[in-house]
Amino acid sequence: MNMPSRPRALPLETKAKSLTETLSVLAAAFFLLMLALIAAPHARAQGGFDVIIGLTTDKFPDTERALNELPGAGLATAPDIVEALVANRLYLNGPARKLYFADEAGKMFDAATGESADVMASALKKVRINNAVRRSLDAARGALTLMSPDPAKRKAAADSVFKSRDATALPLLEAALAKETVSANRKILEEARAAIVAGDSGANEVQRLEAIDILKSRGDQDAVSVLTTIASWSEGRVKAAADSASSVIQAKLALWRNVQNIWYGLSLGSVLLLAAIGLAITFGVMGIINMAHGEMVMLGAYTTFAVQEWARTSHPGLLNYSLFIAIPLAFLVTAAVGILIERVVIRFLYGRPLETLLATFGISLILQQAVRTIFGANNREVSAPSFMAGSFDFGSLQIGYGRMWIIVFALAVFFALQFVLRATSFGLRMRAVTQNRRMASSMGIDTNRIDAMAFGLGSGIAGMAGVALSQIDNVSPNLGQSYIIDSFMVVVFGGVGNLWGTLLGALTLGVANKFLEPIAGAVLGKILLLVFIILFIQKRPRGLFALKGRAVEA
Amino acid sequence: MSLTRRIMLRTAGAALGGALAFASTSAFAQGAGTIKVGVLHSLSGTMAISETTLKDVMLMLIEEQNKKGGLLGKKLEPVVVDPASNWPLFAEKARELISKDKVSATFGCWTSVSRKSVLPVFEELNSILFYPVQYEGEESSKNIFYTGAAPNQQAIPAVDYLMASEKVQRWVLAGTDYVYPRTTNKILEAYLKAKGVKQEDIMINYTPFGHSDWQTIVADIKKFGSAGKKTAVVSTINGDANVPFYKELGNAGVKATDIPVVAFSVGEEELAGIDTKPLVGHLAAWNYFQSVDNADNKAFIEKWKTFTKNPKRVTNDPMEAHVIGFNMWVKAVEKAGTTDTEAVLDAMIGVSVPNLTGGYSTMMPNHHITKPVLIGEVQADGQFNTVWQTSGLVVGDEWSDYLEGSKDMISDWRKPLSCGNFNVKTGKCGGAGK
Repeated sequence: MNMPSRPRALPLETKAKSLTETLSVLAAAFFLLMLALIAAPHARAQGGFDVIIGLTTDKFPDTERALNELPGAGLATAPDIVEALVANRLYLNGPARKLYFADEAGKMFDAATGESADVMASALKKVRINNAVRRSLDAARGALTLMSPDPAKRKAAADSVFKSRDATALPLLEAALAKETVSANRKILEEARAAIVAGDSGANEVQRLEAIDILKSRGDQDAVSVLTTIASWSEGRVKAAADSASSVIQAKLALWRNVQNIWYGLSLGSVLLLAAIGLAITFGVMGIINMAHGEMVMLGAYTTFAVQEWARTSHPGLLNYSLFIAIPLAFLVTAAVGILIERVVIRFLYGRPLETLLATFGISLILQQAVRTIFGANNREVSAPSFMAGSFDFGSLQIGYGRMWIIVFALAVFFALQFVLRATSFGLRMRAVTQNRRMASSMGIDTNRIDAMAFGLGSGIAGMAGVALSQIDNVSPNLGQSYIIDSFMVVVFGGVGNLWGTLLGALTLGVANKFLEPIAGAVLGKILLLVFIILFIQKRPRGLFALKGRAVEA
Repeated sequence: MSLTRRIMLRTAGAALGGALAFASTSAFAQGAGTIKVGVLHSLSGTMAISETTLKDVMLMLIEEQNKKGGLLGKKLEPVVVDPASNWPLFAEKARELISKDKVSATFGCWTSVSRKSVLPVFEELNSILFYPVQYEGEESSKNIFYTGAAPNQQAIPAVDYLMASEKVQRWVLAGTDYVYPRTTNKILEAYLKAKGVKQEDIMINYTPFGHSDWQTIVADIKKFGSAGKKTAVVSTINGDANVPFYKELGNAGVKATDIPVVAFSVGEEELAGIDTKPLVGHLAAWNYFQSVDNADNKAFIEKWKTFTKNPKRVTNDPMEAHVIGFNMWVKAVEKAGTTDTEAVLDAMIGVSVPNLTGGYSTMMPNHHITKPVLIGEVQADGQFNTVWQTSGLVVGDEWSDYLEGSKDMISDWRKPLSCGNFNVKTGKCGGAGK
């Protein structure tokens, strides 16, 4: 409000001055009264801060403060406001200081009263969000949903209160704790309360020490985070307790880190295995240096993309299961491309490794540019189905569902392939041809056909690998390039011609890489691994599992 | 490990690129009544993902200028070549554009290494290059106009924002292992230390090109971020490696509200290949966002979508840099009345054209331009929401004030100084002048 400018101190004007002052005080009082009248239905938190007005200034700090005060303000529409803001459906009219939220159908409501309002969303501004606001929003949402009838929502709410450690949520937390029946939720609620109490310098020492004990028993990275924060500004016994608790947890986590490295190593190993296993057939068993192997992986990934696009546009219900359609389809598509390549190019080049290398390298460039022309140079988005999103905790180890399913898938592909090679007549013929072509031929096996089929099998498996890799990597024309060298490395390290060698080779390299990475960094780690393989191949030129006997010469 | 593969790729790419370039130049060879403009962007190989768009935007700008009646009464004629993401081939193609096709100016390059590869060619043959991408600075050439951001127009304001608004005290500087991230991180490290950040609160991490397994690094970042101080990641991770990085962040549950990631190489184009819902709130610093709300930008987006016949095509910062660069060049040629290199070089300095964020950008004597700096947060629809921007324009600073050895240097290409690395302490030109 504008204060009337005061005249400079001339004695004659003192009266006038006091008059203006009285007037201005009156004006101020009147204005405040008007404001109070306008804002009467609004919730008023401590300090005279009005939540609704705070949300309508279109300034991040005001929005943030309004959200912090929202749970305690006793506003009936508070949950609607929070949900609307989360869903980007909260609107403001700045000059009129009015706030509206839309429901899912787009119907507008006045946020102060909860009554439906006759306004157009297009004429209003949306309430904007930044990270600070988002944090307050999470906290407010947590505090407001602590009493939700849905246990999963209550858990999420307790988690977000633990993160925000917002002292104003304490009464709500106590109330929720008194009513909570699910023991897992109780535990998180207690931890959330402990996080608030331990960090409350006003609470008594015994309570704070107890709270630190609860945090200590939680024993994860988040607890360390809370404890170190508390230790950084506390004194005396609380500081000592927090320090010792966090070092106990740190020591435990250091042990878990080794488990984590093994898990990450297996995960990387399974990716390597997937990429290499098709090559183990074409290169390992048939002896073809196929530089276009990576492009088969890429084609598999693009098949996944195409299937998802199809599902998205015509069968949205299938989108979540599109990977199951993509897996066989990718196999068929890449196997067909593989057979075509074998028939048109490679079969004329058997026994000429250098020419095969150059020819397949050319094919890889042609395939890349073809895909670039058809699908564009940009990355394509392949979404993760719901069963592959998210993660769960195993002890202090966080396991992503996506990674876990990829490991399962890699092993499944491996054993399926073993089955095909060991237990089917096609596998038998294939092994016969690769071991002794002329003998197999004189036994009546159509070696030409078997060559084409085997190459198709290797390519098809690469295509299936592409389906899995589309979940963790870019679906771009360059996808295959990044895996080709690793694939050759795995096959050579594992022992040419031996699938078990490929399995063990992939997992060994994966785990070794993950143990080297934290020590040496990603760049140096990879170099060290390469040096190790060079040395290893010097010592054992045929890799981990060398084929013995007459088959070697084939 | 992929060295041999890369080399072979390049050789083969070179052959392919050569064939393409031949086809395109002969297709465009018309009469002498045109002004030729070189477009030197990779249309194949790893960088095609980013550079193809820039080729398209150049074709659109040239077409538009021709509709307006061309330049100096002549039609503009684009000469498109494909350097195929192969750095030495960039230099060859540049030489071909200048000596064989006699282009008046060239718009091109993305990676710093490709720019370093063509720089001597443009200086030797005295021709003009417009470079549209944010870069590490520490360079100034008489023949290059840098329309992308220098570190002080992107990296430093981003760090300032995180310090002021998010109260960040601990920093992870993560980048791909090559010249741009290494130099930028060196500048940032010096800057952070000057601001009182301790060594133990800075973690620097480099990864190879196309790194795809981020599990360990994301776990490390999480651990580093749980030391009780607000932590942020400053990412100079390049290109393809970003998608698996962000996917892993999402899987590991690292939210922007816990540990925000601010990226300098992730724009609308890069986000087009990712499901952005888990990334909401992560940040990027640029001088332009597609979401910037003003009439010029809306018109530009409309034109771009019509030109590419794709209603989903996005726009991004390097595209805006080409728009600014091209309009500056047109204005300078009109001012000089000729396309002669020396005359245009003189006319360029001080030229001012509208940018797409609602202001004007001016070419400064150091061949860098003035730009606003915008910080945006990723939204669920793959666009950025501007949460902060500089109140005025920032002048690009080619020689960083935070690095030993470069803080005393300035660049001024106006006569009579005309020097790219003038040392203000010793009063001597370091030799980058003519």
